Amino acid sequence: MPSPYQSSNTPADPRHSSRLGLAQRFYLLEVLSGLKLTGLRFFANMARHTLHTVFRVKSAHGAVTIQYPDERRPYSPRLRSLHRLVRRDDGSPRCVACMMCETVCPAHCIYIVATEHPNPEIEKVPERFDIDLGKCVFCGYCVEACPEDAIRMDTGILEFSSFSRGGMIYTKETLLALEPAGPHGVPTSPVPIPADRTMPVIRSTPS
Amino acid sequence: MSNLALDLLLQAIPVAFTLFVVLNFGGILTWVERKQSAIMQDRLGANRASIFGIRVLGLLHPLADAIKMLTKEDFMPARADRLMFKVAPFVSVFFALAAFASIPFGDTLKIAGREIQLQAVTLNVGILYVLAMLSLGVYGLMMAGWASANNYALLGGQRAAALMITAEVAIGASIMGVVMVYGSLNMQDIARAQGLPLLPQYFGPWIPAWGILTQPLAFVLFLTAGIAATKRIPFDMPEGESEIIGYFVEYSGMKFGMFAMADFLETVVIAGMTTALFLGGWQVPYLGSSGFSFPWGMEVPLPDLLVTGIQVIAFLTKVVALIWFLMLIRWTLPRFRYDQAMRLGWLGLFPLSILNIVITGLVLLLLGKA
Repeated sequence: MPSPYQSSNTPADPRHSSRLGLAQRFYLLEVLSGLKLTGLRFFANMARHTLHTVFRVKSAHGAVTIQYPDERRPYSPRLRSLHRLVRRDDGSPRCVACMMCETVCPAHCIYIVATEHPNPEIEKVPERFDIDLGKCVFCGYCVEACPEDAIRMDTGILEFSSFSRGGMIYTKETLLALEPAGPHGVPTSPVPIPADRTMPVIRSTPS
Repeated sequence: MSNLALDLLLQAIPVAFTLFVVLNFGGILTWVERKQSAIMQDRLGANRASIFGIRVLGLLHPLADAIKMLTKEDFMPARADRLMFKVAPFVSVFFALAAFASIPFGDTLKIAGREIQLQAVTLNVGILYVLAMLSLGVYGLMMAGWASANNYALLGGQRAAALMITAEVAIGASIMGVVMVYGSLNMQDIARAQGLPLLPQYFGPWIPAWGILTQPLAFVLFLTAGIAATKRIPFDMPEGESEIIGYFVEYSGMKFGMFAMADFLETVVIAGMTTALFLGGWQVPYLGSSGFSFPWGMEVPLPDLLVTGIQVIAFLTKVVALIWFLMLIRWTLPRFRYDQAMRLGWLGLFPLSILNIVITGLVLLLLGKA
């Protein structure tokens, strides 16, 4: 009975050279069987590539590669991506600045300053709602803690980056402007430009 | 005077063609290697380099690589032998390029009342010339290993020399069978002899006497030793990326590129030589100098130039197919350990090729050809 501590490639191992048959030790036949495998795979993939490129059969794929910046794999609807603040009908945030998310956040990356809402029916509204995405661990606790369903992580945006730590802090205005992702997690709103990124700003009216 | 100029010009055709084909093959092989391995492994391979958004299946990558290599820092270790360090890559590439010269890529080109041998250099000792050039190429690697003042490079150069001796002995001994069968060291003569029917007293005019049929054992031995001579996986001990980086560990930029290029050129040379010796060279079955004459009695006369064109295309097709096969081997087999390669060479290939010579001699004697 083989010992459980026996390492591989010992005489008991079926791959050990003393256990190989004559044909295997001769190696040439093994080489041919290996070449048959890779050669057949080459021609099968080549046929699929030809079908795809020449005959435009878009369902034929010769490779498993997803060319990422050009194409994205379909993401699950449960994917936790960049946060957004849900808007009311009048465009103001649905958030009532209850501090639940700020309290539950394990990374302490949410910073809220509350103020009065002009509507007396609504208790409060955030004056500032900053998320430091450089600290965020994307646990989704803020979404779960929110009693008003005011914060969600369904934008599908994953490619946010910045040249500095300050640029990773996303403000209320940025988060409010985001829209939920379309089917397969394709983002519908553009990736927000971080605060430290100097981009040519196209103005509709001369200022 | 104008006759001499014309002669020179016509003689330049095969030389220019050889240089053009070999250099371009060497360059494109970097692309072939990446693409073929990608297709074998369910990947896409190099496809990002583009000029104005045109990508042509990644074919611009060799160009991008060349630009990258030329603009990189050209580093030389402080204690390196300055002259030898600089000369080594040139030696390596030069002999790899020169080796192709006596490989025939067609019969004769009849033009302007002259007959030009489609072979850059017409040599009676063509096979020995190719062998000599292939083994001289290893001097570049030894010089690189010595001049780098680096122990790993020196080990790589030493391994290259050991591997080259191992491979050359097996190549030389396995070719002897071919030389015995066709009775010549001239590669053009060997290519011509492969168009004759094989054993007409038994098989009639049906089967051409290609080297792979007359010398099957020598074919396997030669191909194995030839792969070893190209220093590529599975015989990449001189490079040994996973253990010693090899003889080019101190090289950068285009000098490193030239060593990589030499490997590809040697692949082309081995493919060309195997084609010329074992796959009938430029022969197309049943194609004579005046057209097809099939054994069932059909004759298709063709003009000379067309016949020559078909022959050249046939040669190139065989070379391309063989290069594909060599690439397939390179991306399928695991690499040999140093001692395994030595054992394979000296205890496997060499005795078998001696055995092949003996068997060939006996068979020739029995057939009454010796």
